[in-house]
Amino acid sequence: MILTPKIEVAGLNFYYGAHRVLEDINLRIQPNQVTALIGPSGCGKSTFIRSLNRMNDIVPGARVEGSICIDKQDIYAPSVDVVNLRRRVGMVFQKSNPFPKSIFDNVAYGLRINGMTSSREELRGRVEASLKAAALWDEVRDRLQTSALALSGGQQQRLCIARALAIEPEIVLMDEPASALDPIATQKIEELIYQLKSRYTIVIVTHNMQQAARVSDVTAFFWLGRLVECDRTNKLFTAPKEKLTEDYITGRFG
Amino acid sequence: MRGDLGFRVGTGLFGLVLIAIVVAIGFELTRESMPTIQKFGLNFWRTQTWDPVAGDFGALPFIWGTIYSSILALLLAAPIALGIAIFTAELCPEPIQRPLIFLTELLASIPSIVYGLWGIFVLVPAVRALEEWAPPVLRQLPLFSGPRLGVGMLSAGLILAIMVIPFTSSVAREVLKSVPAAQREGAYALGATRFEAIRAALFYARTGIVGAVMLGFGRALGETMAVTMVIGNQPTVTASIFAPQYTMAAVIANEFTEAADPLHLSALVEIGLVLFAMTLIVNVLSRLLIWSMAPGAQGPGVDAAAPAKLAAT
Repeated sequence: MILTPKIEVAGLNFYYGAHRVLEDINLRIQPNQVTALIGPSGCGKSTFIRSLNRMNDIVPGARVEGSICIDKQDIYAPSVDVVNLRRRVGMVFQKSNPFPKSIFDNVAYGLRINGMTSSREELRGRVEASLKAAALWDEVRDRLQTSALALSGGQQQRLCIARALAIEPEIVLMDEPASALDPIATQKIEELIYQLKSRYTIVIVTHNMQQAARVSDVTAFFWLGRLVECDRTNKLFTAPKEKLTEDYITGRFG
Repeated sequence: MRGDLGFRVGTGLFGLVLIAIVVAIGFELTRESMPTIQKFGLNFWRTQTWDPVAGDFGALPFIWGTIYSSILALLLAAPIALGIAIFTAELCPEPIQRPLIFLTELLASIPSIVYGLWGIFVLVPAVRALEEWAPPVLRQLPLFSGPRLGVGMLSAGLILAIMVIPFTSSVAREVLKSVPAAQREGAYALGATRFEAIRAALFYARTGIVGAVMLGFGRALGETMAVTMVIGNQPTVTASIFAPQYTMAAVIANEFTEAADPLHLSALVEIGLVLFAMTLIVNVLSRLLIWSMAPGAQGPGVDAAAPAKLAAT
């Protein structure tokens, strides 16, 4: 690991009111890799991923200690523009959440609000490229103007990925992106993640250890708000250093 | 089991009473208005002469006044109510949210006659001052012509707007609150500002918002006392917001006690019938729109914390 980390988390504590949800997290996330966060429900992995694009800011009573640096810049520094940060760090949610607009307008939303295109042709080109990158283009090319809500669950989730990719983020956060999908739709998402990592740094929260093993390069195991172990995925799943990790991945709890 | 059955049937009967009342009102209104329906037919709604002494009844001015004043109220109230809803649902700091909601709902519980008194003593003089101040050029326009009395369409529209705001804003607030957090987060995650995220939520809630505005419209249509006190009660069809006009509810309230002639009575009841039908339709439509968005939203007086679950779309 000689690479400069894309994301460097140091001494991160996270509170909701008086309740500490994350405790002294130290983690380096490398560029152009898939990092999977695993752990039982309530272990803080979702809170952690949501702190990487400051999505927790909108939750009342949320408080952060320590630092999270992206490209060596602390994203919680007062000078940081949150809107700009979220443009650089895209996010895909557990449940697909397309806007009640057309397929085209969903993908174009981020481009429009950020004023990222100067002509209609450019906008159309970017939408098409994003839908292709999300492996959805062939399925929707003839019906871009129909409502996004008419798509299947798996298609909606890929649409949300396309929407996130459209504004060309550097990092893509995925919070259990396939947990509400059937196996075939899940497989498509996983293949997509594999293709995307050449261009993006990907952090994915998953409930599913097999999924973590399939898609990720590095896996981090969270337990009760602490980061227990983080290692290359094949190593963590075959020869974990910690007893707790071993117990979890062998299904002794969780 | 037997006890349960009796309980179900018993409460079911009470439920049926509600339906029976609505049907009975409709039936009775129709029956009582038969004389004018038979005598004037559709002309009742097309002509403008309202002369109880001569036995000539044309109700067009009242319909005109009712719809005009309600639309005017809607135009004035909708932006304000929406602003209140957005502020209380999205932007307002936690500690003042409850008091603010309470205050808006308090507005809804003030008796109509009190609004009317306030209208006569405060609003009408203010409107009169405005009318006197209006430059002659402006008064040439049909919209602003007419006597400078203070009482008239503008006063009616304003007072209706104030009375409608609590309803529209409460329902709009509940509708906004029922928008899934995922919608706002989706917008935020794409680099939306707060304003843009709220806009996304508003767009998601658009059907319910339209319903909330329509519900206010329904309230305005039937509002009687306060309007009667400030609209001037003159049966004319004019576009001027300064001119005194009349509404359906106001004419019934004003003339019912003096309607000795059966035909006059029948004419008033027929107006009541149409008002009944109009408010029923508007209310049903607005409720359908609101329920399609937020099954929990009820309007003022109902616990605002009731979680409005959204049907998965």
